[in-house]
Amino acid sequence: MLPSAFEYHRAASLEDALSILNQYGDDAKVLAGGQSLIPLMKLRFASPGHLVDINEVPGLDGIEERDGALAIGALVRHRTLATNEVIAARYPTIAAAAPQIADPLVRNRGTIGGSLTHADPAGDLGSVMLAMGASVVLRSSAGERVVPIGEFLVDTFTTSIQPTEILTEVRVPTPPPRSGGTYLKLERKVGDFATVAVAVALTLQNGSVGRAGIALTGVGLRNIDAADAASSLAGSAPTEDAFAEAGRLAAAASNPVTDVRGSEAYKRHVVEVFTRRALTAAFDTASAG
Amino acid sequence: MEISITVNGEARTADVEPRMLLTHVIREEFELTGTHLGCDTTSCGACTVLMDGEPVKSCTMFGVQADGRQVTTVEGLADAGGLDPIQTAFQEEHGLQCGFCTPGMMLVGAALLERDPAPSEDDIRWAISGNICRCTGYMNIVKAIQAAAKAKAGTPAAATA
Repeated sequence: MLPSAFEYHRAASLEDALSILNQYGDDAKVLAGGQSLIPLMKLRFASPGHLVDINEVPGLDGIEERDGALAIGALVRHRTLATNEVIAARYPTIAAAAPQIADPLVRNRGTIGGSLTHADPAGDLGSVMLAMGASVVLRSSAGERVVPIGEFLVDTFTTSIQPTEILTEVRVPTPPPRSGGTYLKLERKVGDFATVAVAVALTLQNGSVGRAGIALTGVGLRNIDAADAASSLAGSAPTEDAFAEAGRLAAAASNPVTDVRGSEAYKRHVVEVFTRRALTAAFDTASAG
Repeated sequence: MEISITVNGEARTADVEPRMLLTHVIREEFELTGTHLGCDTTSCGACTVLMDGEPVKSCTMFGVQADGRQVTTVEGLADAGGLDPIQTAFQEEHGLQCGFCTPGMMLVGAALLERDPAPSEDDIRWAISGNICRCTGYMNIVKAIQAAAKAKAGTPAAATA
């Protein structure tokens, strides 16, 4: 399948890419890993007149801890997220999710910036970033703004990015000691989108739960921030009952639909069970940390 | 658009429309038809090639994106000395039936062994998890990659019944 014809621009720098976006506005799309955009273009769901390839823009593929957060460049590939030592050591929710994204070949190309900007409600990283309280950095020729992920992800395939902006970096707050997290994903087979997935991040403080983050994949029109479930835990004792209650609240926050991957009731049940299990696993990691 | 790609070690050029997928550039411009187009939806991996040594799905890249890069297709596995150990292993272990997925499977296997000369069965199964085979049930594909690992390590492949 061939996409509609387009003009291809290979940006040499961020300034270069932004000036092309300024020129063509909504008729231009940024091409990073292309693992979502190219399939959409082949199906003619997207027909941009101009593609701005940022793969050779320098400075967008770093991973470093700075100012209390992990700064992940927009061009960091899923494979790198899955193998990075800093992420493995201190960002367990990302470390658990990354190897479950799509399949190994797609992970060699797909990027964190592309995945978040695509805003597929079945995308894994949106939930991971909601659970971890991350922000994204959006650059335009006028400057940059830092947007909390919950305000960035607006709706299915819709974010608050402007046509003249590029997502350059994701900032994930560094969890304090005694933190844990994980990502549990149910899929029919490797490479399929999630039937249901749950991202969890949890910090212990003086024996109680400090901050908790819970977010849901594939059970609504966007990645869902199960804020009620998370806040039910804050300040309370990390008990089985508390995790079970958070599971029930997460299930109530989900809004799944019946499709080939399962019925609405089944998916809701999986949200409840996965939330409870993920919190238990995160608690075990946090207790050991 | 004029592009230059090093394909299997040889500098090749083509004048292509930007919307042409890398699969089509390889098959139609370079006439290397060992790279197969299967599902055309990023699912099956029949179109797998190595770009700068890493397996990618060539149906989900534009040819213009490979400009200046090194691409290895199945035709690049064998050299003047004969078949690559991965090819010999697929032959000896019956790692294929219809053969449609085989170029992708062998390239993924070869890339895995470059990175990890002694992968576990689990490592192998994860490595090929982006490639679909509808004939073999994967058993002999896994065996073939294990045999290739042994052959490359210089020990004879374990005899199979």
